[in-house]
Amino acid sequence: MKIQKIIIIYFFLLSTLYSDEVNLEVMEIYKNLRCLVCQGQSIADSNSDFALTIKLVVQDQIKEGRTKKEIYDFLISKYGEWIVYQPTLTKDNFFLWFLPYLVLVLGGLIIFFITRKSKHNKAN
Amino acid sequence: MKINFFKIIIFSFITFFLLVFWLGLKKDNSYNTTNLIGNKISSFQLASIHNSDLISDELLKQNEFTLINIFASWCAPCRLEHKYLIKLANQNRNVKILGINFKDKKNNALNFLNKLGNPYNFVAEDLDGKASILFGTYGVPESILVDKELTIIKKIIGPIGQRQFEEILKLTQ
Repeated sequence: MKIQKIIIIYFFLLSTLYSDEVNLEVMEIYKNLRCLVCQGQSIADSNSDFALTIKLVVQDQIKEGRTKKEIYDFLISKYGEWIVYQPTLTKDNFFLWFLPYLVLVLGGLIIFFITRKSKHNKAN
Repeated sequence: MKINFFKIIIFSFITFFLLVFWLGLKKDNSYNTTNLIGNKISSFQLASIHNSDLISDELLKQNEFTLINIFASWCAPCRLEHKYLIKLANQNRNVKILGINFKDKKNNALNFLNKLGNPYNFVAEDLDGKASILFGTYGVPESILVDKELTIIKKIIGPIGQRQFEEILKLTQ
């Protein structure tokens, strides 16, 4: 009797664990989709008609076994790049992608030159 | 010499940020899907609202032009644009109109068509709204004008008015 209970609890926990994993993946997709009819909300945040429909479609496509990228590509082909929060790298936005790295390198160089200069000054 | 170097950096940073904000504020960031003009619509298969027929993209390839109109009986702007759809159906033989009934009840939709007139050559049902995503719509009403090859010629977001009506006539002459 006790063993039976343990087994039931074990499978129950296993199933919730599994469903959490699936939900996390779906949630991640929702969060990266912009709700086009709401101001500053993602599909995950919104309960608008549009967001609910998008959620249904995403769930369907996941059930069909499509990957995250395929789902994003599908929605981009229908609504344009604007629907995803993380845009793909194009020649229009490469500055946006690489500016942080550029600033990092530039900052490093500035620090390097300043410390070298002050060392020189101390040595002198 | 050292001070000048810092001054230049600070000055260039300030100009850079001012420029970004100035350009950012001036930029028009209202979103629409007009950038999808020239793309083809994807294949679809929907049930007809009147009978058990299936309406698919193959059917639209037989028409010179098709206006895909997403409507619902609960949508007030749809009532406003309805008279223009009827005018279009009467005036222009080149354009066939496919109505897609969006998140609606069948009886309400049929009542809507009986009361206000039926400008549609085909009416398909989209009860859960999923098909509307295939057409890239995000609200009702919305209209998509496609040609024989199913290439999008025009997208009208919101109701069709006199201006849009004339534009459709011009495009489909």
